[in-house]
Amino acid sequence: MTDFTQLGVREIRDGVAAGDFSAREVAEGFNAAVEAASALNAFIVATPEKALEAADAVDAARAAGETLGSMAGVPIGMKDLFATDGVQTTAASHILEGFTPRYESTVSAKLWEAGCGMLGKLNLDQFAMGSSNETSYFGNVASPWRKEGSNAAMSPGGSSGGSSSAVAARIAPAATGTDTGGSIRQPAAFTGICGIKPTYGRCSRWGVVAFASSLDQAGPMARSVEDCAIMLGAMAGFDPKDATSLDAPVPDWFGNLDADMRGKKVGIPKEYRMDGTSQEILDSWERGKEWLRDAGAEIVDVSLPHTKYALPAYYIVAPAEASSNLARYDGVRYGLRDLPEGSGLQDMYAATRAEGFGDEVKRRVMLGTYVLSAGFYDAYYTQAMKVRTLVQRDFDAAFAQCDVILAPTTPTASFPLNSLNDDPLTMYLNDVFAVPASLAGLPAMSVPATVTGDGLPLGLQLVGKAMDEQGVLNAGLAIEQRAGFTVKPEKWW
Amino acid sequence: MSVTREEVAKIAQLARIRMGEEDLDHLVPEFNNILTWVEQLGEVDTSGVEPMTAVIPQELRLRDDVIDADPKTGGGRQDDVLANAPVAEHGFYGVPKVIE
Amino acid sequence: MTNYRIQGATGEWEVVIGLEVHAQVTSNAKLFSGASTAFGAEPNTQVSLVDAAMPGMLPVPNRECIRQAVRTGMAIEAQINKWSRFDRKNYFYADLPQGYQISQLYHPIVGEGSLTIDADEKAGIPEDKVIGIERIHVEQDAGKLMHDQHPTMSYVDLNRTGVALMEIVSKPDMTSPAEAGAYVRKLRSILRYVGSCDGNMEEGSMRADVNVSVRKVGDTELGTRTETKNVNSVRFVMQVIEFEANRQVDVLEEGGSIDQETRLFDPGTGTTRTMRSKEDAHDYRYFPDPDLLPLELEDDFIEECKASLPELPDAKRARYENELGLTPYNARELTAEVETFARFETLLAETANALGKDEKKVATPVANWALSVAPGVIKSLGDEADASHATAARQAAILKMQDAGEISGGQAKEIFEIVLKEGREPDEIADTEGLKQVSDTGAIEAAIDAIIAANGDKVEEYRGGKDKLFGFFVGQTMKAMQGKANPAVVNQILKGKLG
Ligand SMILES: [Mg+2]
Ligand SMILES: [Zn+2]
Repeated sequence: MTDFTQLGVREIRDGVAAGDFSAREVAEGFNAAVEAASALNAFIVATPEKALEAADAVDAARAAGETLGSMAGVPIGMKDLFATDGVQTTAASHILEGFTPRYESTVSAKLWEAGCGMLGKLNLDQFAMGSSNETSYFGNVASPWRKEGSNAAMSPGGSSGGSSSAVAARIAPAATGTDTGGSIRQPAAFTGICGIKPTYGRCSRWGVVAFASSLDQAGPMARSVEDCAIMLGAMAGFDPKDATSLDAPVPDWFGNLDADMRGKKVGIPKEYRMDGTSQEILDSWERGKEWLRDAGAEIVDVSLPHTKYALPAYYIVAPAEASSNLARYDGVRYGLRDLPEGSGLQDMYAATRAEGFGDEVKRRVMLGTYVLSAGFYDAYYTQAMKVRTLVQRDFDAAFAQCDVILAPTTPTASFPLNSLNDDPLTMYLNDVFAVPASLAGLPAMSVPATVTGDGLPLGLQLVGKAMDEQGVLNAGLAIEQRAGFTVKPEKWW
Repeated sequence: MSVTREEVAKIAQLARIRMGEEDLDHLVPEFNNILTWVEQLGEVDTSGVEPMTAVIPQELRLRDDVIDADPKTGGGRQDDVLANAPVAEHGFYGVPKVIE
Repeated sequence: MTNYRIQGATGEWEVVIGLEVHAQVTSNAKLFSGASTAFGAEPNTQVSLVDAAMPGMLPVPNRECIRQAVRTGMAIEAQINKWSRFDRKNYFYADLPQGYQISQLYHPIVGEGSLTIDADEKAGIPEDKVIGIERIHVEQDAGKLMHDQHPTMSYVDLNRTGVALMEIVSKPDMTSPAEAGAYVRKLRSILRYVGSCDGNMEEGSMRADVNVSVRKVGDTELGTRTETKNVNSVRFVMQVIEFEANRQVDVLEEGGSIDQETRLFDPGTGTTRTMRSKEDAHDYRYFPDPDLLPLELEDDFIEECKASLPELPDAKRARYENELGLTPYNARELTAEVETFARFETLLAETANALGKDEKKVATPVANWALSVAPGVIKSLGDEADASHATAARQAAILKMQDAGEISGGQAKEIFEIVLKEGREPDEIADTEGLKQVSDTGAIEAAIDAIIAANGDKVEEYRGGKDKLFGFFVGQTMKAMQGKANPAVVNQILKGKLG
């Protein structure tokens, strides 16, 4: 009997379409794997019946000779930041515990339309705030990876840590992620999978719990570049309900995949050689250059002078937007209400939010409130938005000299859970390489490159021009084909 | 710049997050660490630089003035908007009495 | 300059007034969602997921609301900003589901403009006065709280949440309650002309935040102001100013100082008081709404807005006086309200057409009919009148008969009464009810001959120079003709026969 959990998106949909196996068999296989993997804590709720229901619909459509969707028969994990009609949606926060939306996010609706089924709602950092998946109200997510010779639970990265863990552990062939300042790419890098954040506006934000509106973008996480291309094609597209949605056709990214890099220039930003970056990361970057050169690309040096300031700018802009976006969690219309004896409306707000938000969320809401408050707005927020303009100009200048940028995804490999908790700043530095592309709204992808000496995955990042997801995917494919990343985490869960 | 305990407490009040003394013990130093770190932005010469207004340059689209054109953004769904309310009575949300 | 002064023990005080008028934009759907704006629906039935601020919901602006704001700006000759932006105003309240109001602080859609309030001697406004308008911005309305339905709870209805408002901010250019009242009335008139707001103050379509401060006559610096929120009638606006000005003078005269604060008006007592729920210090943390992009107006859009603007009150009034030759009083009365001028203009066109005459030639009788004759008849009939019977065509038919001398003024009224009561056609009424003047010279001549024959003495006296007796002969003739003779014909024949 085939172990369907070893199959990826393309293999499943092609197999289902060809009649090699049924969508139900696949769904049953993954449902069982999800159930057996509770030690990872990747899912907040499993929805096996949803997976089966969708699979049966695909099998019936195939039997009836209907045209199947681009992901027909593929069961996926849905990050619990996407509103799902009739299924609890929490953003991994106590404040939304029990919230059951009566609506479906645009992105998840498109995926169901493409023939996906839902294995369940994936755990994440609370409100997508975190880089280690340790801020969820529903417990930490463990990476399926462990350091050689250690039993310590490792971080799957964050905020899309449930997604990365599930895909790496092969309990889901693919999962949705969202990326505000690296939340797709960093967890993908930590767990040896692929993940792409498309150009800002490619995927509708409608129905996705907002963290920082001007940065949030959904994207796919899967085990191959090809699978990401297929899934991104199913997720992306203009949505009139999102005023920042790009009104542009969705190219056939999968159909146009091409690893031939001849005639392409790959930029290497010198400012990404930062203090504190591990030698193994720098070595993998060197290998990345060689692989792309081997694929025919010309390697050129580029400069992104404001790189150093991207992360602090992000930690003003994102908390500022979050402080406002999270004001709606007030205990009036949905979610938690904490009404201490004899308290009035404003006390109810303060009690509910104290009870409902985790520490990291509170920290960021407070920071955002502060930087927007009277007398500080210009010094912090306006200055950060000016720096954002400069970061964007840096990329414009660099892309005058190259087609795609190659950089490490993270400054280090994964770390043990609970090792950085008491130091928010060190935690923030995880995203130092990911954040600049977020600030500029550019498409960026992480592709597995190699493993460290103690057996942990490392990723390489590709950043493209706005709207050029194809260039990013193609360069990713060139690396994937040469990296030969075939290691899998050993099953311990 | 350093923020005092009282100022942090004031921000918590503005953000409507109840905070006890112990919470402040943790938060005040963390908050100051982060602030000191983000203040390096002050080094950047931004004279003549406009703050970013649109991540990807595009124009604001406007909607036609049609009621309930899309049920997802239209009205007439009292059940759905009240379904998750901690207190809903007679078609209203209930909150502790407010004195204006 | 106004002469509104408050006499204090230490001297005379003057008052400085600025108004922020919130006008509900006339649109079918809300500013950022597709829910209906209709008034009076069951609670929370006109609420979309967007208005209820469900997680992941996003705003998309309604073009019509933007268009109406631009047209309104044009009507007050304001600067239209081709680049504007929406900002979030952050605060926590039960009528504000998002925890912020989407508004425009830094870059409003409409910049500086003005309107002119008309001289009104009786109200202490000796001459026309230009009131500056600072800006108009577009923003979301809040929901509604009900405090008296439950002993321990307030109830929240979000039907109004997200309805588009224009906030029209005046400069502190008004110096008396009468000026403020005239400003609100004029603004309301303009909004209704433009069609951007229905001006229905009872339903809350227009509310004013009234900013009042006082200072000693001669002082140039502004005093500390108070803001009284959500005042929803012209009379109340004037009461608030009257009360606040006097209260502030009292406080200052007693050596106290004025707090810059938000106050509430109590229509029952005509007084204002501190608003308790807004006591805590405001820090709205405005910043550009990251869910929306800058609003850039295309030239075509602006052109269309301009082209669709109607003739505005001041221009219309001037045209009525200068081109139609109406009296200043009539011109003002006819242009004050949209309904009034609309009815007048329809009737004028209809009448001119029926008579085959230029509008200028018939404007005065039509104006008199529309302003005094017709309303008088309608009023006198009370419940018996069915105004829907009074079509422009029927009224024009009456005016036509009158113009042709077929009916007298009195007959016109009588015919109109029957029209109002029974909905019949004026021509038919005139014929069948005998409501027509006799212009048949034969009949009139016969009647006059008989009267002359029977009153030989009076004829002698008249011919002897007693001109006043002419009226006697007219009266006798009319009596003989049962009031139906055309007076002009009677006069003419009488003059000939009496010599
Ligand atoms: Mg105001
Ligand atoms: Zn306002």
